[in-house]
Amino acid sequence: MNPGMNAALNSGMAPVATPWFFYALAGLAVLSGVLVITLRNAVHAALALIVTLLSVASLYLMLYAPFVAGVQIVVYAGGIMVLFLFVIMLVNIERSSKERRFNRIWPAGLAAACALLALFVSAFVKGKALFMDRGMPLPESSNTQQIATMLYGEAGRMGQYTFAFEIASLLLLVAILGAVIMTKKKI
Amino acid sequence: MVPITTVHYLVVAAALFVLGVIGVLIRRNVVIVLMSIELILNAVNLNLVAFSRMWGTIHGQANLQGQVFAIFIIVDAAAEAAVGLGILIAFFRNKETVNVDEIDLLKW
Amino acid sequence: MPNFIMSYLGSTVTPGEAGNQFWALIYVLIIFAGVSVAVIAMNWIERKALAHFQVRLGPMRVGPHGLLQPIADAVKLMLKEDIIPAEADQFVFWVAPLIGLLAAFTVYTVIPFGPSQAVSDMNIGILFMLGVSSLGVLGVVVAGWASNSHYPLIGALRSSAQMVSYEVAMGLAVVSAILMTSMNASGTGTLSMIGIVQAQQQQGVWFIFKFFPLGLLALVVFAIAMIAETNRAPFDLAEAESELTAGYHTEYSGLRWSLFMLSEYTAMIAVSSIAVTLWLGGWLRPFPNLLHAPAWDFIFSLFPGLTFLGLAAIAFIGTARMPSQSFFKIQRIGLAVFAALLGFIALLLLVIAVAGRSADTSLAARFNEGIGYVYWFVLKVAVFMYLFIWYRATWPRYRFDQLMKIGWKVMLPISLGVLMVTAIVGVIVS
Repeated sequence: MNPGMNAALNSGMAPVATPWFFYALAGLAVLSGVLVITLRNAVHAALALIVTLLSVASLYLMLYAPFVAGVQIVVYAGGIMVLFLFVIMLVNIERSSKERRFNRIWPAGLAAACALLALFVSAFVKGKALFMDRGMPLPESSNTQQIATMLYGEAGRMGQYTFAFEIASLLLLVAILGAVIMTKKKI
Repeated sequence: MVPITTVHYLVVAAALFVLGVIGVLIRRNVVIVLMSIELILNAVNLNLVAFSRMWGTIHGQANLQGQVFAIFIIVDAAAEAAVGLGILIAFFRNKETVNVDEIDLLKW
Repeated sequence: MPNFIMSYLGSTVTPGEAGNQFWALIYVLIIFAGVSVAVIAMNWIERKALAHFQVRLGPMRVGPHGLLQPIADAVKLMLKEDIIPAEADQFVFWVAPLIGLLAAFTVYTVIPFGPSQAVSDMNIGILFMLGVSSLGVLGVVVAGWASNSHYPLIGALRSSAQMVSYEVAMGLAVVSAILMTSMNASGTGTLSMIGIVQAQQQQGVWFIFKFFPLGLLALVVFAIAMIAETNRAPFDLAEAESELTAGYHTEYSGLRWSLFMLSEYTAMIAVSSIAVTLWLGGWLRPFPNLLHAPAWDFIFSLFPGLTFLGLAAIAFIGTARMPSQSFFKIQRIGLAVFAALLGFIALLLLVIAVAGRSADTSLAARFNEGIGYVYWFVLKVAVFMYLFIWYRATWPRYRFDQLMKIGWKVMLPISLGVLMVTAIVGVIVS
């Protein structure tokens, strides 16, 4: 809350959170991710996943993507997680707290994941020059309008992703039909 | 403190991805496996949005292709979660278990 | 530091835009205090209004005309024993009311009380509001699960299914209001709440009256959906005592239960504020463009003072009509003090209105303007609050399958139809 920070905030186009925010949010996301895969109770794991989703949404806000952050909160945290909690309540009554958490072949899985992690680490260390940050602040006030232009088109032309948008709505229709039919008792 | 570059976001995304992969490979509860898949998809989304920020502008306008791709992946994750949980409920009606290694009706 | 605080005072943007954390914190505290006072007042008004609807008097003993009843209720709830069911999940039982409360209060970050009186005017204001209010469903589901008992679980599942179903209709009604913001010269709409009210001001018409009856129909769909979202009558099957022994908050007692009630009333006020901002012109006084002369400005700026004067007059009449036995003396004195307080506030507002009559930027004029914005906003929200109580007193409860049928088979097609017709009419007109 020092005047220096205020000057920096007022001079730029859009406010950028300090590195402290990034480390806090990233740490929260990774910690909740660890909790998701290690907690015994499925409802607790779902709550940890909600915390992960919300912190990833905040990271999107730091990346000048407010619309994606809003969609993440509405769809992921507000819709998909409610679906998960419903299914956990239908399916998981009380037995899972006494059962084994991990597979019998969990060392093999852990080894494979560590190999993947080693691959990522080597990619980031060796390829650091590829990820050159241009550092340009994107305007935040027209983010939604620009995404809308890409999705819907403007001035009588189709947007770049209009066809994909229509296919996505068809995909959702198929998913709705599939989920309804699979959970019916008698088709 | 070092300024936060794209690589910082990529490292966080990689960490979430590896955590999701561990969850899919290790856990017995199918619902938790599906939640780990959601973690993987979130890691991919974070990667895409970080790259869209990195590439800055194209033709003078902000390059938002990564963000549009991320929106499509969120839509896709919703569809896949619905269908996956539907399959789980349909299977649960048959065999009353949610553990991955007990879903072995096709084994001989 | 002081010039950091003072530098905001003359600005015309919200503290979020200006990057001023201190004033954002002050606004948050003011909103928190204001909403708490509103919830307490709402509690009293609900009990008195329901009672008068049912031809009885309601609480009369605790303060004069029961004015101190909410405080007595709050004290009782705080002193009650905090019972946690034996097999309940301790952490989740504790965190469930907090999720609902956080979701209800976070919506106030984007609600504008004036052109720069909001905590932060986000670019995606409406999307943020829809997302955060859908997080409230999680609190309900988790509360029912954590109680480890049949009735709360069924109540929680029913309540959350109802909330999720009506969220769809609510979202579509909101989208048709957002569509109306883009019917201007540049063809660009906005998702920010302050932008929506400014679009109504610029187009010269509240969105409830735009393309009549489309705006009205969208508001009706939103109003019905918001009653179902907040689990109020006639959609309160999940929490009515005669149906499911109070549903998802059965096992909660004392302070935890009061947190649920607080989050319910807060959510009611929040969604009413959203409806007022989207369709009823937010902080705009009636006819801001049509009756623009300074004389009309002055007449409309007298309204806050006159309202409080009317309330003080009602309180004085109540004092005069109180029975004159000796044990009513303290109640009579209490009511007279309350009436005098209201009269004092009325006098203050009238003085500010008269002093700020000139159109320059003196302090009194700016206060006058700010008070005018907040007054008209709160008045419109209060109308919606009274409608909530009226519905509860008048209509019988819907059965759950009827409720779901209305949500999916009536609300969703109507809101889709309104959206499509609004879009078609907008393209034709422009």
